[in-house]
Amino acid sequence: MALVTALRRLAHLRLRENTRMTAAVTSSTWLSGHRSFTTGTQSLRSDNKVTINFINRDGEKISVKGSPGDSLLDVVINEDLDFDGFGACEGTLACSTCHLIFDEDVYKQLGPVTDEEMDMLDLAYGLTDTSRLGCQICLTKSLEGVVARVPESVADIRQSQDGSS
Amino acid sequence: MSGHKLLFSGLKLWTSGSCRWTGRHHDGVNRRGKAASFSSCSPKVCIVGGGPAGFYTAQHLIKARQDVEVDVYERLPVPFGLVRFGVAPDHPEVKNVINTFTQTAKHSRCSFYGNVNVGKDVSVEELQQAYHAVVLSYGAEGNRSMGVPGEDLAGVYSAKDFVGWYNGLPSCRQLSPDLSCETAVVTGQGNVALDVARILLCPIDILKKTDITQPALEALAESHVRRVLIVGRRGPIQVACTIKELREMVNLRDTRPEMMAADFEGVTEALKDLPRPRKRLTELMLKTALETPEEKERERRNKASRTWGFRFFRSPVEILADPDHKRTAGIRLAVNRLEGSGDASRAVLTGEVEDVTCGLVISSIGYKSLPIDPSVPFDQRKAIVPNNMGRVQQAAGLYCSGWLKTGPTGVIATTMNNSFDTARSLVEDLDSGTLVVSAAKPGSQSISALLDKRGVKPVLFSDWEKIDIVEMKQGEAIGKPREKLLTVEEMLLEARK
Repeated sequence: MALVTALRRLAHLRLRENTRMTAAVTSSTWLSGHRSFTTGTQSLRSDNKVTINFINRDGEKISVKGSPGDSLLDVVINEDLDFDGFGACEGTLACSTCHLIFDEDVYKQLGPVTDEEMDMLDLAYGLTDTSRLGCQICLTKSLEGVVARVPESVADIRQSQDGSS
Repeated sequence: MSGHKLLFSGLKLWTSGSCRWTGRHHDGVNRRGKAASFSSCSPKVCIVGGGPAGFYTAQHLIKARQDVEVDVYERLPVPFGLVRFGVAPDHPEVKNVINTFTQTAKHSRCSFYGNVNVGKDVSVEELQQAYHAVVLSYGAEGNRSMGVPGEDLAGVYSAKDFVGWYNGLPSCRQLSPDLSCETAVVTGQGNVALDVARILLCPIDILKKTDITQPALEALAESHVRRVLIVGRRGPIQVACTIKELREMVNLRDTRPEMMAADFEGVTEALKDLPRPRKRLTELMLKTALETPEEKERERRNKASRTWGFRFFRSPVEILADPDHKRTAGIRLAVNRLEGSGDASRAVLTGEVEDVTCGLVISSIGYKSLPIDPSVPFDQRKAIVPNNMGRVQQAAGLYCSGWLKTGPTGVIATTMNNSFDTARSLVEDLDSGTLVVSAAKPGSQSISALLDKRGVKPVLFSDWEKIDIVEMKQGEAIGKPREKLLTVEEMLLEARK
């Protein structure tokens, strides 16, 4: 099963390497390909989509659309957003790499956090009171336009050296 | 197309405030197009070790520069290191990272060579001659010993070996741990210690649906172990395990917790000053140890046939033998008190000792890296390769990532960040010209020839896939995700078919 999935991804990869297009967003998560963890309910009606704004680690704002029911991790993968190491365990609450930070009012909207999510969130670097795991947040129309910040995943010594290594 | 990228990266350089020229987040766009046009050949990088560190380093390198070619060498015929041999069988989701590693391995600019023992079949110096850069990511195959009398008695094992045994590591196949006693003592209170305790006490009907090896499953089905004590030098606030693993123990079917209230003196008062992760972990421990459970839980505990518990402020000083001096009969523990508080606190001997009857002792006090090649600098005290951000000290063109770089702690995500960090250093050096790539290097061509001459036949990734299919088919027949091949010989047999 893993072999078939991997082969599928490889085919997609090769195709993309040959027809790479420069985008305003830096290169796609070539590794993630078309992995989607939802049952693929892609509605044809565009007004069913929800816009989400991600702020990446460079401070750039990236606006994408997802379908209600998709998790934020699904959106990152489906839209090929290039966040280094995001979603390592593929949405199974076995890591903290889909860590996202929200504004307080948005955070309150997202609802209660299970112990299982909190347990993994506790391991995230740069944990805040308004942190959540992207794989546990599902899109609804009421989340239209919310902003989710992708925090640093590790203390970067480089930044404090002012570029001189 | 590349011109367009250059323009974009040029804009980025000037618009971003801080000096981010190191290209930390612009992986995939070649930031130093100029350098690319000067280098007349593709940089060839060799990675030693096919575990998470190796694959994450490869992933980052391939993404950061379109011209880098990476070869991953692995001693065993099978890849993935501790993800295959360390992660507990009942934690299959943690192994999902294998999908990412598989993508990396199958990338056109990545090649996997299993069954190659670096340090024996080929030296690091030979690799450095064949490649522009070598990244050492071979992890920690040794373990810290307790250093106490009786450690060599039958019935005493390192967690590294015990975990290797139930996960099918070929070198641990003959461990045959003695599970005929009632009480087992695990020294150390990190996640590995909790994994060991959990596997010792887990109901067999749960284990038999995992990829635990059949011999281990059969041994555990016959096990008489009913009580596991997880012993640590310091107190509840200093445990190294994390809350997910603790919660799993608390919720483990047919078990009940058994702890000493005295060990928790002063802990409730200290709670308010703790950061959230440590606070939640300590609260769960307190609740489990001290609170009277409500009726349903009380009933569940009364019916439980197995017990587990933490024991604090205890250090092993001797393993006690039975009268015939042949096997473990108990462990002598020194009683400690804490000096200082929080992470910085130290265990200080009080002079008291305590003997605990047990027939199985598993020391889970840390893995340890070993030097594999005399030409590579090695810090014996810290048991790591001395480095600065992954660049090996006083060794141009040599890098390290994973546990070999930082010491054997951290989860897979920690190793991921650590490996990305080393890859960034390497890419910086390529971009800046510190790593000279003006002369072409033969890479795997010369190494393959060398190995061939020495009678070593590498296992390619496509060969591993044959092993993978066989293991999954074997597992399917008995309701498991896979039944692992347990010897290198069997692995090679399938690989060559």
